[in-house]
Amino acid sequence: MKRSTLKAWFLVHKWTSLVCTLFLLLLFATGLPLIFWEEIAHATGAEPEAEPVPAGTSRANVDRLIEKALSRYPGDVPLFFGWDEHAPLVYVNMGARPDTPPPEMHTVILHEYTGEVLPAPQFNEGVMFFIYRLHTDAFVGLAGTLFLGAMTLLFVIAIVSGVVLYAPFMRKLRFGTLRTGRSRRLAWLDLHNLLGIVTVAWALVVGLTGAINTLAKPLEQTWQARQLGELADRYRGAPRPTRFSSLDAAIAKAQAAEPEMKPAYVSFPGTGYSGDHHYGVFMHGNTPISERIYKPVLVDVQTGELTAQPELPLYMSVLLLSQPLHFGDYGGLPLKVLWALLDLITILVLISGLYLWAKRGSTEVRLAELESGSVEPALETEH
Amino acid sequence: MPAMIAALSLIGLVGALVGDGVFDLLSWVALGSVVGTIAWAVSKPRK
Repeated sequence: MKRSTLKAWFLVHKWTSLVCTLFLLLLFATGLPLIFWEEIAHATGAEPEAEPVPAGTSRANVDRLIEKALSRYPGDVPLFFGWDEHAPLVYVNMGARPDTPPPEMHTVILHEYTGEVLPAPQFNEGVMFFIYRLHTDAFVGLAGTLFLGAMTLLFVIAIVSGVVLYAPFMRKLRFGTLRTGRSRRLAWLDLHNLLGIVTVAWALVVGLTGAINTLAKPLEQTWQARQLGELADRYRGAPRPTRFSSLDAAIAKAQAAEPEMKPAYVSFPGTGYSGDHHYGVFMHGNTPISERIYKPVLVDVQTGELTAQPELPLYMSVLLLSQPLHFGDYGGLPLKVLWALLDLITILVLISGLYLWAKRGSTEVRLAELESGSVEPALETEH
Repeated sequence: MPAMIAALSLIGLVGALVGDGVFDLLSWVALGSVVGTIAWAVSKPRK
Protein backbone atom coordinates (compact mmCIF):
# COMPACT_ATOMS: atom_id res chain seq x y z
CA MET A 1 0.00 0.00 0.00
CA LYS A 2 1.24 3.48 -0.85
CA ARG A 3 2.24 5.64 2.09
CA SER A 4 -0.34 8.29 1.23
CA THR A 5 -3.12 5.68 1.03
CA LEU A 6 -2.04 4.18 4.32
CA LYS A 7 -2.01 7.60 5.90
CA ALA A 8 -5.52 8.32 4.66
CA TRP A 9 -6.88 5.07 6.13
CA PHE A 10 -5.03 5.73 9.39
CA LEU A 11 -6.60 9.17 9.71
CA VAL A 12 -10.06 7.83 8.83
CA HIS A 13 -9.70 5.17 11.54
CA LYS A 14 -8.46 7.66 14.10
CA TRP A 15 -11.08 10.34 13.55
CA THR A 16 -14.18 8.20 13.01
CA SER A 17 -13.21 6.30 16.18
CA LEU A 18 -12.55 9.42 18.22
CA VAL A 19 -15.88 10.99 17.35
CA CYS A 20 -18.00 7.92 18.06
CA THR A 21 -16.17 6.09 20.87
CA LEU A 22 -17.85 7.71 23.89
CA PHE A 23 -21.31 7.21 22.37
CA LEU A 24 -20.46 3.63 21.45
CA LEU A 25 -19.28 2.96 25.00
CA LEU A 26 -22.70 4.18 26.17
CA LEU A 27 -24.43 1.94 23.62
CA PHE A 28 -22.45 -1.20 24.46
CA ALA A 29 -22.70 -0.58 28.22
CA THR A 30 -26.50 -0.08 28.11
CA GLY A 31 -26.94 -2.80 25.50
CA LEU A 32 -25.42 -5.41 27.79
CA PRO A 33 -28.30 -5.59 30.32
CA LEU A 34 -30.85 -5.13 27.51
CA ILE A 35 -29.74 -8.48 26.02
CA PHE A 36 -31.16 -10.14 29.15
CA TRP A 37 -34.24 -7.91 29.55
CA GLU A 38 -36.63 -10.86 29.50
CA GLU A 39 -34.58 -12.91 32.00
CA ILE A 40 -34.14 -9.92 34.30
CA ALA A 41 -37.89 -9.18 34.15
CA HIS A 42 -38.68 -12.75 35.21
CA ALA A 43 -36.05 -12.81 37.95
CA THR A 44 -37.19 -9.51 39.47
CA GLY A 45 -40.90 -10.26 39.25
CA ALA A 46 -41.48 -7.48 36.69
CA GLU A 47 -42.96 -10.12 34.40
CA PRO A 48 -46.08 -11.74 35.90
CA GLU A 49 -46.02 -15.52 36.14
CA ALA A 50 -49.12 -16.92 34.47
CA GLU A 51 -51.28 -19.50 36.20
CA PRO A 52 -51.57 -22.64 34.07
CA VAL A 53 -54.63 -22.75 31.85
CA PRO A 54 -57.54 -24.29 33.84
CA ALA A 55 -58.66 -27.53 32.22
CA GLY A 56 -61.73 -27.29 30.04
CA THR A 57 -61.68 -23.50 29.72
CA SER A 58 -61.45 -21.58 26.50
CA ARG A 59 -59.94 -18.19 25.69
CA ALA A 60 -61.68 -15.18 27.16
CA ASN A 61 -63.51 -12.87 24.75
CA VAL A 62 -61.03 -10.21 23.62
CA ASP A 63 -63.62 -7.41 23.72
CA ARG A 64 -64.30 -8.18 27.40
CA LEU A 65 -60.56 -8.21 28.12
CA ILE A 66 -60.20 -4.77 26.57
CA GLU A 67 -63.20 -3.41 28.51
CA LYS A 68 -61.66 -4.75 31.69
CA ALA A 69 -58.30 -3.11 30.92
CA LEU A 70 -59.93 0.21 30.01
CA SER A 71 -61.84 0.28 33.30
CA ARG A 72 -58.45 0.59 35.02
CA TYR A 73 -57.64 3.77 33.12
CA PRO A 74 -60.88 5.74 32.63
CA GLY A 75 -60.60 8.18 29.72
CA ASP A 76 -57.95 6.16 27.87
CA VAL A 77 -58.45 4.69 24.42
CA PRO A 78 -57.07 1.27 23.42
CA LEU A 79 -53.93 1.37 21.24
CA PHE A 80 -52.52 -2.15 20.99
CA PHE A 81 -53.55 -5.62 22.04
CA GLY A 82 -50.99 -8.41 21.98
CA TRP A 83 -50.15 -11.96 22.96
CA ASP A 84 -47.25 -13.13 25.12
CA GLU A 85 -45.04 -15.52 23.15
CA HIS A 86 -44.29 -17.87 26.01
CA ALA A 87 -47.25 -17.72 28.41
CA PRO A 88 -51.08 -17.56 28.26
CA LEU A 89 -50.95 -13.80 28.83
CA VAL A 90 -52.18 -10.84 26.81
CA TYR A 91 -51.48 -7.16 27.14
CA VAL A 92 -53.54 -4.06 26.39
CA ASN A 93 -51.68 -0.81 25.78
CA MET A 94 -53.76 2.32 26.24
CA GLY A 95 -53.28 6.06 26.18
CA ALA A 96 -55.02 9.41 26.32
CA ARG A 97 -54.93 9.77 22.52
CA PRO A 98 -54.63 7.30 19.62
CA ASP A 99 -51.09 8.59 18.90
CA THR A 100 -49.81 8.39 22.49
CA PRO A 101 -46.04 7.66 22.39
CA PRO A 102 -44.75 4.57 24.29
CA PRO A 103 -43.32 6.48 27.30
CA GLU A 104 -46.85 7.79 28.08
CA MET A 105 -48.78 4.55 27.51
CA HIS A 106 -50.55 2.51 30.17
CA THR A 107 -50.39 -1.29 30.14
CA VAL A 108 -52.64 -3.90 31.67
CA ILE A 109 -51.67 -7.59 31.55
CA LEU A 110 -54.42 -10.19 31.72
CA HIS A 111 -54.67 -13.96 31.72
CA GLU A 112 -55.75 -15.05 28.25
CA TYR A 113 -58.18 -17.68 29.58
CA THR A 114 -59.41 -16.56 32.99
CA GLY A 115 -59.42 -12.86 32.08
CA GLU A 116 -57.87 -12.07 35.44
CA VAL A 117 -55.87 -8.82 35.62
CA LEU A 118 -52.35 -9.64 36.79
CA PRO A 119 -50.36 -7.25 38.94
CA ALA A 120 -47.42 -6.08 36.83
CA PRO A 121 -45.35 -2.91 36.70
CA GLN A 122 -45.74 -0.67 33.65
CA PHE A 123 -43.35 -1.56 30.82
CA ASN A 124 -42.32 2.08 30.55
CA GLU A 125 -41.16 2.49 34.14
CA GLY A 126 -38.21 1.20 36.13
CA VAL A 127 -34.48 0.76 35.64
CA MET A 128 -34.67 -1.37 32.49
CA PHE A 129 -36.85 1.13 30.62
CA PHE A 130 -34.46 3.89 31.73
CA ILE A 131 -31.55 1.92 30.26
CA TYR A 132 -33.61 1.25 27.15
CA ARG A 133 -34.25 4.99 26.67
CA LEU A 134 -30.54 5.74 27.14
CA HIS A 135 -29.74 3.10 24.53
CA THR A 136 -32.33 4.10 21.94
CA ASP A 137 -32.83 7.86 22.07
CA ALA A 138 -30.94 9.18 25.13
CA PHE A 139 -34.23 10.86 26.18
CA VAL A 140 -34.10 13.25 23.19
CA GLY A 141 -36.70 11.56 21.00
CA LEU A 142 -36.26 10.91 17.28
CA ALA A 143 -33.36 13.37 16.96
CA GLY A 144 -31.46 11.44 19.62
CA THR A 145 -32.20 8.14 17.90
CA LEU A 146 -31.01 9.41 14.53
CA PHE A 147 -27.88 10.91 16.13
CA LEU A 148 -27.02 7.56 17.72
CA GLY A 149 -27.62 5.98 14.31
CA ALA A 150 -25.11 8.39 12.73
CA MET A 151 -22.56 7.56 15.46
CA THR A 152 -23.11 3.88 14.72
CA LEU A 153 -22.36 4.48 11.03
CA LEU A 154 -19.08 6.15 12.06
CA PHE A 155 -18.40 3.03 14.14
CA VAL A 156 -18.93 0.91 11.01
CA ILE A 157 -16.44 3.09 9.07
CA ALA A 158 -14.00 2.78 11.97
CA ILE A 159 -14.30 -1.02 11.79
CA VAL A 160 -13.75 -1.13 8.03
CA SER A 161 -10.73 1.17 8.21
CA GLY A 162 -9.41 -0.86 11.13
CA VAL A 163 -9.52 -4.01 9.00
CA VAL A 164 -7.63 -2.20 6.21
CA LEU A 165 -4.89 -1.21 8.67
CA TYR A 166 -4.77 -4.70 10.17
CA ALA A 167 -3.32 -6.21 6.98
CA PRO A 168 -0.06 -4.23 6.76
CA PHE A 169 0.34 -4.26 10.52
CA MET A 170 0.24 -8.05 10.72
CA ARG A 171 2.40 -8.65 7.67
CA LYS A 172 5.29 -10.02 9.72
CA LEU A 173 3.36 -11.18 12.76
CA ARG A 174 1.53 -14.44 13.30
CA PHE A 175 -2.19 -14.30 13.99
CA GLY A 176 -2.91 -13.87 17.68
CA THR A 177 0.52 -12.44 18.56
CA LEU A 178 0.44 -10.60 21.88
CA ARG A 179 3.79 -8.98 22.75
CA THR A 180 3.35 -8.43 26.44
CA GLY A 181 7.03 -8.45 27.40
CA ARG A 182 7.95 -5.09 25.88
CA SER A 183 6.25 -1.73 26.12
CA ARG A 184 2.78 -1.42 27.59
CA ARG A 185 1.61 0.40 24.49
CA LEU A 186 2.70 -2.51 22.27
CA ALA A 187 0.78 -4.98 24.43
CA TRP A 188 -2.37 -2.85 24.22
CA LEU A 189 -1.89 -2.41 20.48
CA ASP A 190 -1.64 -6.17 19.91
CA LEU A 191 -4.68 -6.75 22.12
CA HIS A 192 -6.67 -4.04 20.29
CA ASN A 193 -5.82 -5.67 16.96
CA LEU A 194 -6.60 -9.21 18.10
CA LEU A 195 -9.93 -8.39 19.79
CA GLY A 196 -10.92 -6.07 16.97
CA ILE A 197 -10.26 -8.51 14.16
CA VAL A 198 -11.93 -11.46 15.92
CA THR A 199 -15.15 -9.54 16.62
CA VAL A 200 -15.21 -7.70 13.29
CA ALA A 201 -18.08 -9.56 11.60
CA TRP A 202 -20.27 -9.57 14.70
CA ALA A 203 -19.62 -5.88 15.39
CA LEU A 204 -20.37 -4.96 11.77
CA VAL A 205 -23.68 -6.84 11.82
CA VAL A 206 -24.74 -5.48 15.21
CA GLY A 207 -23.65 -1.97 14.18
CA LEU A 208 -25.40 -1.98 10.81
CA THR A 209 -28.61 -3.54 12.15
CA GLY A 210 -28.54 -1.03 15.01
CA ALA A 211 -28.28 1.82 12.52
CA ILE A 212 -31.20 0.34 10.55
CA ASN A 213 -33.24 0.14 13.76
CA THR A 214 -32.75 3.85 14.37
CA LEU A 215 -34.77 4.38 11.18
CA ALA A 216 -37.75 2.37 12.50
CA LYS A 217 -40.00 5.35 13.10
CA PRO A 218 -39.41 7.10 9.74
CA LEU A 219 -39.72 3.77 7.90
CA GLU A 220 -42.98 2.92 9.64
CA GLN A 221 -44.33 6.36 8.83
CA THR A 222 -43.33 5.99 5.17
CA TRP A 223 -45.00 2.60 5.02
CA GLN A 224 -48.12 3.95 6.68
CA ALA A 225 -48.32 6.92 4.31
CA ARG A 226 -47.67 4.91 1.14
CA GLN A 227 -49.26 1.54 1.43
CA LEU A 228 -52.01 2.33 3.88
CA GLY A 229 -52.44 5.65 2.13
CA GLU A 230 -53.69 3.92 -1.01
CA LEU A 231 -56.28 2.26 1.13
CA ALA A 232 -57.11 5.49 2.91
CA ASP A 233 -58.19 7.00 -0.43
CA ARG A 234 -61.27 4.84 -0.26
CA TYR A 235 -62.14 6.37 3.07
CA ARG A 236 -61.36 9.98 2.15
CA GLY A 237 -63.83 12.35 3.72
CA ALA A 238 -65.25 9.65 5.94
CA PRO A 239 -65.23 10.73 9.59
CA ARG A 240 -63.00 8.90 11.99
CA PRO A 241 -65.10 6.06 13.40
CA THR A 242 -66.07 6.35 17.04
CA ARG A 243 -67.90 3.04 17.47
CA PHE A 244 -65.82 -0.06 16.88
CA SER A 245 -67.10 -3.48 15.87
CA SER A 246 -65.96 -6.56 17.80
CA LEU A 247 -62.20 -7.08 17.85
CA ASP A 248 -62.74 -10.69 18.87
CA ALA A 249 -64.59 -11.25 15.58
CA ALA A 250 -61.95 -9.30 13.65
CA ILE A 251 -59.21 -11.56 15.03
CA ALA A 252 -61.22 -14.64 14.07
CA LYS A 253 -61.56 -13.25 10.51
CA ALA A 254 -57.82 -12.60 10.27
CA GLN A 255 -57.07 -16.09 11.55
CA ALA A 256 -59.42 -17.61 8.97
CA ALA A 257 -57.65 -15.62 6.24
CA GLU A 258 -54.20 -16.82 7.39
CA PRO A 259 -54.84 -20.27 8.85
CA GLU A 260 -51.14 -21.16 8.91
CA MET A 261 -50.26 -18.19 11.11
CA LYS A 262 -51.17 -16.89 14.53
CA PRO A 263 -51.84 -13.32 15.66
CA ALA A 264 -48.97 -11.45 17.35
CA TYR A 265 -50.61 -8.12 18.06
CA VAL A 266 -53.43 -5.83 16.95
CA SER A 267 -53.16 -2.10 16.30
CA PHE A 268 -56.16 0.13 16.81
CA PRO A 269 -57.09 2.93 14.34
CA GLY A 270 -54.96 6.07 14.64
CA THR A 271 -51.90 4.42 16.20
CA GLY A 272 -49.86 4.70 12.99
CA TYR A 273 -49.98 1.01 12.13
CA SER A 274 -53.34 0.53 10.41
CA GLY A 275 -54.72 3.88 9.27
CA ASP A 276 -57.74 5.61 10.79
CA HIS A 277 -60.41 3.08 9.86
CA HIS A 278 -58.92 -0.34 10.54
CA TYR A 279 -57.83 -2.83 13.06
CA GLY A 280 -54.43 -4.11 11.96
CA VAL A 281 -54.18 -7.76 12.96
CA PHE A 282 -50.49 -8.61 12.62
CA MET A 283 -50.03 -12.32 11.97
CA HIS A 284 -46.79 -14.27 12.22
CA GLY A 285 -45.42 -17.79 11.75
CA ASN A 286 -43.44 -20.19 13.88
CA THR A 287 -39.90 -20.22 12.49
CA PRO A 288 -37.31 -17.68 13.68
CA ILE A 289 -37.72 -15.70 10.43
CA SER A 290 -41.48 -15.97 9.84
CA GLU A 291 -41.96 -15.16 13.52
CA ARG A 292 -40.61 -11.69 12.80
CA ILE A 293 -41.91 -10.91 9.32
CA TYR A 294 -45.46 -9.93 10.22
CA LYS A 295 -48.36 -10.16 7.81
CA PRO A 296 -50.94 -7.46 8.46
CA VAL A 297 -54.63 -8.20 7.97
CA LEU A 298 -56.76 -5.05 7.91
CA VAL A 299 -60.31 -5.26 9.21
CA ASP A 300 -62.71 -2.30 8.91
CA VAL A 301 -63.55 -1.19 12.45
CA GLN A 302 -67.10 -0.18 11.54
CA THR A 303 -68.31 -2.98 9.31
CA GLY A 304 -66.02 -5.70 10.71
CA GLU A 305 -65.21 -6.76 7.14
CA LEU A 306 -61.74 -7.79 6.01
CA THR A 307 -60.50 -5.00 3.72
CA ALA A 308 -56.99 -5.97 2.70
CA GLN A 309 -53.90 -8.06 3.37
CA PRO A 310 -51.11 -5.79 2.16
CA GLU A 311 -47.67 -7.30 1.60
CA LEU A 312 -44.99 -5.72 3.76
CA PRO A 313 -42.65 -3.69 1.57
CA LEU A 314 -39.00 -4.83 1.38
CA TYR A 315 -37.73 -2.05 3.64
CA MET A 316 -40.14 -3.10 6.39
CA SER A 317 -38.99 -6.73 6.09
CA VAL A 318 -35.37 -5.57 6.29
CA LEU A 319 -36.21 -3.54 9.40
CA LEU A 320 -38.02 -6.45 11.07
CA LEU A 321 -35.20 -8.89 10.27
CA SER A 322 -32.52 -6.50 11.49
CA GLN A 323 -34.11 -6.55 14.95
CA PRO A 324 -33.18 -10.11 15.99
CA LEU A 325 -29.72 -9.68 14.46
CA HIS A 326 -29.27 -6.64 16.70
CA PHE A 327 -30.86 -8.07 19.87
CA GLY A 328 -29.37 -11.61 19.71
CA ASP A 329 -32.67 -13.00 20.99
CA TYR A 330 -33.21 -15.73 18.41
CA GLY A 331 -31.10 -18.64 19.62
CA GLY A 332 -31.87 -19.24 23.26
CA LEU A 333 -29.87 -18.28 26.33
CA PRO A 334 -26.47 -19.55 25.01
CA LEU A 335 -26.68 -17.11 22.09
CA LYS A 336 -27.49 -14.27 24.51
CA VAL A 337 -24.45 -15.19 26.62
CA LEU A 338 -22.25 -15.15 23.50
CA TRP A 339 -23.81 -11.79 22.57
CA ALA A 340 -22.87 -10.47 26.02
CA LEU A 341 -19.27 -11.76 25.71
CA LEU A 342 -18.88 -10.18 22.28
CA ASP A 343 -20.36 -6.96 23.70
CA LEU A 344 -17.79 -6.95 26.52
CA ILE A 345 -14.93 -7.68 24.10
CA THR A 346 -16.05 -4.77 21.92
CA ILE A 347 -15.98 -2.51 25.00
CA LEU A 348 -12.34 -3.60 25.45
CA VAL A 349 -11.60 -2.75 21.82
CA LEU A 350 -13.06 0.74 22.38
CA ILE A 351 -11.15 1.30 25.62
CA SER A 352 -7.84 0.00 24.23
CA GLY A 353 -8.37 2.26 21.22
CA LEU A 354 -8.78 5.25 23.53
CA TYR A 355 -5.64 4.23 25.44
CA LEU A 356 -3.64 3.97 22.20
CA TRP A 357 -4.84 7.42 21.18
CA ALA A 358 -3.85 8.86 24.57
CA LYS A 359 -0.37 7.30 24.19
CA ARG A 360 -0.10 8.50 20.62
CA GLY A 361 3.07 9.54 18.93
CA SER A 362 2.97 11.53 15.74
CA THR A 363 1.08 10.25 12.75
CA GLU A 364 4.46 9.79 11.01
CA VAL A 365 5.70 7.43 13.72
CA ARG A 366 2.48 5.42 13.52
CA LEU A 367 2.80 5.17 9.75
CA ALA A 368 6.37 3.96 10.05
CA GLU A 369 5.14 1.33 12.47
CA LEU A 370 2.45 0.18 10.06
CA GLU A 371 4.76 0.20 7.07
CA SER A 372 7.44 -1.81 8.81
CA GLY A 373 4.94 -4.47 9.79
CA SER A 374 5.31 -3.22 13.37
CA VAL A 375 8.58 -5.03 14.05
CA GLU A 376 11.05 -2.16 13.72
CA PRO A 377 13.21 -2.06 16.84
CA ALA A 378 13.28 1.74 16.60
CA LEU A 379 9.72 1.78 17.79
CA GLU A 380 10.58 0.15 21.05
CA THR A 381 12.38 3.25 22.27
CA GLU A 382 9.59 5.76 21.95
CA HIS A 383 7.43 5.10 24.98
CA MET B 1 -7.29 -16.82 9.79
CA PRO B 2 -9.24 -13.54 10.16
CA ALA B 3 -11.27 -14.42 7.06
CA MET B 4 -12.10 -17.81 8.55
CA ILE B 5 -13.18 -16.21 11.83
CA ALA B 6 -15.39 -13.74 9.96
CA ALA B 7 -16.96 -16.61 7.98
CA LEU B 8 -17.57 -18.56 11.20
CA SER B 9 -19.16 -15.46 12.75
CA LEU B 10 -21.54 -15.07 9.82
CA ILE B 11 -22.48 -18.76 9.97
CA GLY B 12 -23.14 -18.28 13.68
CA LEU B 13 -25.19 -15.14 13.12
CA VAL B 14 -27.36 -16.61 10.37
CA GLY B 15 -27.64 -20.18 11.71
CA ALA B 16 -30.13 -19.65 14.53
CA LEU B 17 -32.14 -17.34 12.29
CA VAL B 18 -32.78 -20.11 9.77
CA GLY B 19 -34.29 -22.59 12.20
CA ASP B 20 -34.41 -23.92 15.74
CA GLY B 21 -32.80 -26.93 17.39
CA VAL B 22 -29.76 -28.00 15.39
CA PHE B 23 -29.48 -24.52 13.84
CA ASP B 24 -29.30 -22.96 17.30
CA LEU B 25 -26.56 -25.44 18.15
CA LEU B 26 -24.68 -24.50 14.98
CA SER B 27 -24.81 -20.84 16.01
CA TRP B 28 -23.54 -21.56 19.50
CA VAL B 29 -20.62 -23.64 18.22
CA ALA B 30 -19.66 -21.16 15.48
CA LEU B 31 -19.84 -18.00 17.61
CA GLY B 32 -18.42 -19.88 20.58
CA SER B 33 -15.33 -20.82 18.59
CA VAL B 34 -14.93 -17.17 17.57
CA VAL B 35 -14.82 -16.15 21.23
CA GLY B 36 -12.63 -19.19 21.91
CA THR B 37 -9.98 -17.88 19.50
CA ILE B 38 -9.34 -15.02 21.91
CA ALA B 39 -8.98 -17.38 24.86
CA TRP B 40 -6.49 -19.40 22.80
CA ALA B 41 -4.41 -16.34 21.84
CA VAL B 42 -4.37 -14.95 25.38
CA SER B 43 -3.47 -18.25 27.04
CA LYS B 44 -0.80 -19.54 24.62
CA PRO B 45 2.80 -19.15 25.70
CA ARG B 46 4.36 -15.86 24.59
CA LYS B 47 7.87 -14.71 23.95
